[in-house]
Amino acid sequence: MGDKTMTADEAVSRLESGMTLGIGGWGSRRKPMALVRALLRSTVTDLTVVSYGGPDVGMLAAAGRIRKLVAPFATLDSIPLEPHFRAARESGSLELMEIDEAMFMWGLRAAANRLPFLPVRAGIGSDVMRVNPGLRTVTSPYEDESTGLPETFVAMPALRLDAALVHVNRADRAGNGQYLGPDPYFDDLFCEAAATAYVSCERIVDTAELTKAAPPQTLLIKRLSVTGVVEAPSGAHFTSCAPDHDRDEAFQRLYASMPWPEFAARFLSGDEQAYRTAVEAWHEEQR
Amino acid sequence: MSVSTSTALSGVTRAEYCVIACAEAWRDNGEVLASPMGLIPSVGARLARHTFSPDLLLTDGEAMLVGPDGTPEGWLPYRQHLALVTGGRRHVMMGASQIDRFGNQNISCVGDWERPTRQLLGVRGAPVNTLNNPVSYWVPKHSKRVFVEKVDMIGGVGYDSAAAAGPTATRFHRIPRVVSNLGVFDFTTPDHSMRLASLHPGVTVEEVFAATGFELAVADEVPYTRDPSAAELASIREVIDPRGLRDREVRG
Repeated sequence: MGDKTMTADEAVSRLESGMTLGIGGWGSRRKPMALVRALLRSTVTDLTVVSYGGPDVGMLAAAGRIRKLVAPFATLDSIPLEPHFRAARESGSLELMEIDEAMFMWGLRAAANRLPFLPVRAGIGSDVMRVNPGLRTVTSPYEDESTGLPETFVAMPALRLDAALVHVNRADRAGNGQYLGPDPYFDDLFCEAAATAYVSCERIVDTAELTKAAPPQTLLIKRLSVTGVVEAPSGAHFTSCAPDHDRDEAFQRLYASMPWPEFAARFLSGDEQAYRTAVEAWHEEQR
Repeated sequence: MSVSTSTALSGVTRAEYCVIACAEAWRDNGEVLASPMGLIPSVGARLARHTFSPDLLLTDGEAMLVGPDGTPEGWLPYRQHLALVTGGRRHVMMGASQIDRFGNQNISCVGDWERPTRQLLGVRGAPVNTLNNPVSYWVPKHSKRVFVEKVDMIGGVGYDSAAAAGPTATRFHRIPRVVSNLGVFDFTTPDHSMRLASLHPGVTVEEVFAATGFELAVADEVPYTRDPSAAELASIREVIDPRGLRDREVRG
């Protein structure tokens, strides 16, 4: 088994402007924020971002890195509306493919299964069809037993990704990834739908350690769908990463209320270590 | 049209009538997942489970199915939740930033979608919910800004939109009720337009009309939302919401 460990900056150096980038997690939950911060330090831009959106989307939008967003929502969970996503939409600077949560999942599944589309009921009759004129429908070759008529569904196109970024609790050096919180979200699907996938984790452990304390069902991500492994303690900060750390609600409130240039200058002008030091210093000030 | 004088029990708050009205959405639903979004629907769903709908399933708001005392009885991560939605054994009560006469709902954005004046959440799961399992709505502040003639972005599919889209949309589509701080509404009219089903005690029909941006169907006699029983009140006040968080969402 090859050693796939690398730094966040090395992972990001493999990305290119114009790529379609999937970002794992959900809202403000287990987002690969250290990788997003590395992306913000790079010059990579003009991205198509595919995400169950949270502050990952907000930060990349605020920094002007997103050309097009594919998402069913963007939220900070405890703060319902993502401020920078809102600002980008209201200023017209963000192209959006707005789809339903289930359509999004089926788009990833189609890509992971190398299918051009999968049929979904969701979307029919809603304005998702109006605002996405490129979405087509597909009619079943079978008649519905109750009506004798074939049903027509949305043909949700595959959401193929050039790269995926996800964050999990543990991984080994080969890229076997493990979640230890209540929900895997869709991180395995993001990796399987992508040509390359970068997995950051709270801690890199020996392969044998993965199954010592947790059942094998927690081994969400297989190394064959992983390109690089990044050890990033608190790498989901300020989103939640149970059981390693909860969401940093106070800091999230700061993020949501502070003007972006000020926030970026104070917390994002240095490397990851500088970020952590700046966050600690801010928390000290609050005491 | 006539309305008898209010029969409000002394001491029952408006929020408690809202809780009862939300709880009633899950009556006779059987063994399905109750998915309340928002505080008062959550109190309502738990009340229904505590009392007249004991077979309901509830989550902890994340990935666990839990009993009334919080004991986990199952696992429901988002991926399984989405499958459960399409299987139909669920009744969700969503919020609505806008809702129209035929039950189209919007939590996505206000204004022109291309460049909204106010970006909100996005459609979230409203399209998949409304086409697959019963969807009710909760509106804590009934106003003409929420109850509009036409919503700006249809996330939750209404009866007219479902009918126009055909049998794929109508097959499992149902909006049992809309609960607001003023009353309960349903779509049991010949054309499935919204109807005032009951008023919370202390509210008048005129008050509801004045706060609604479209023509609301109304019966000759509008009943009041039913009173809570003493046992239900005790459940709400002592077990489910002892800190009275419900009164922060709806006052009076």
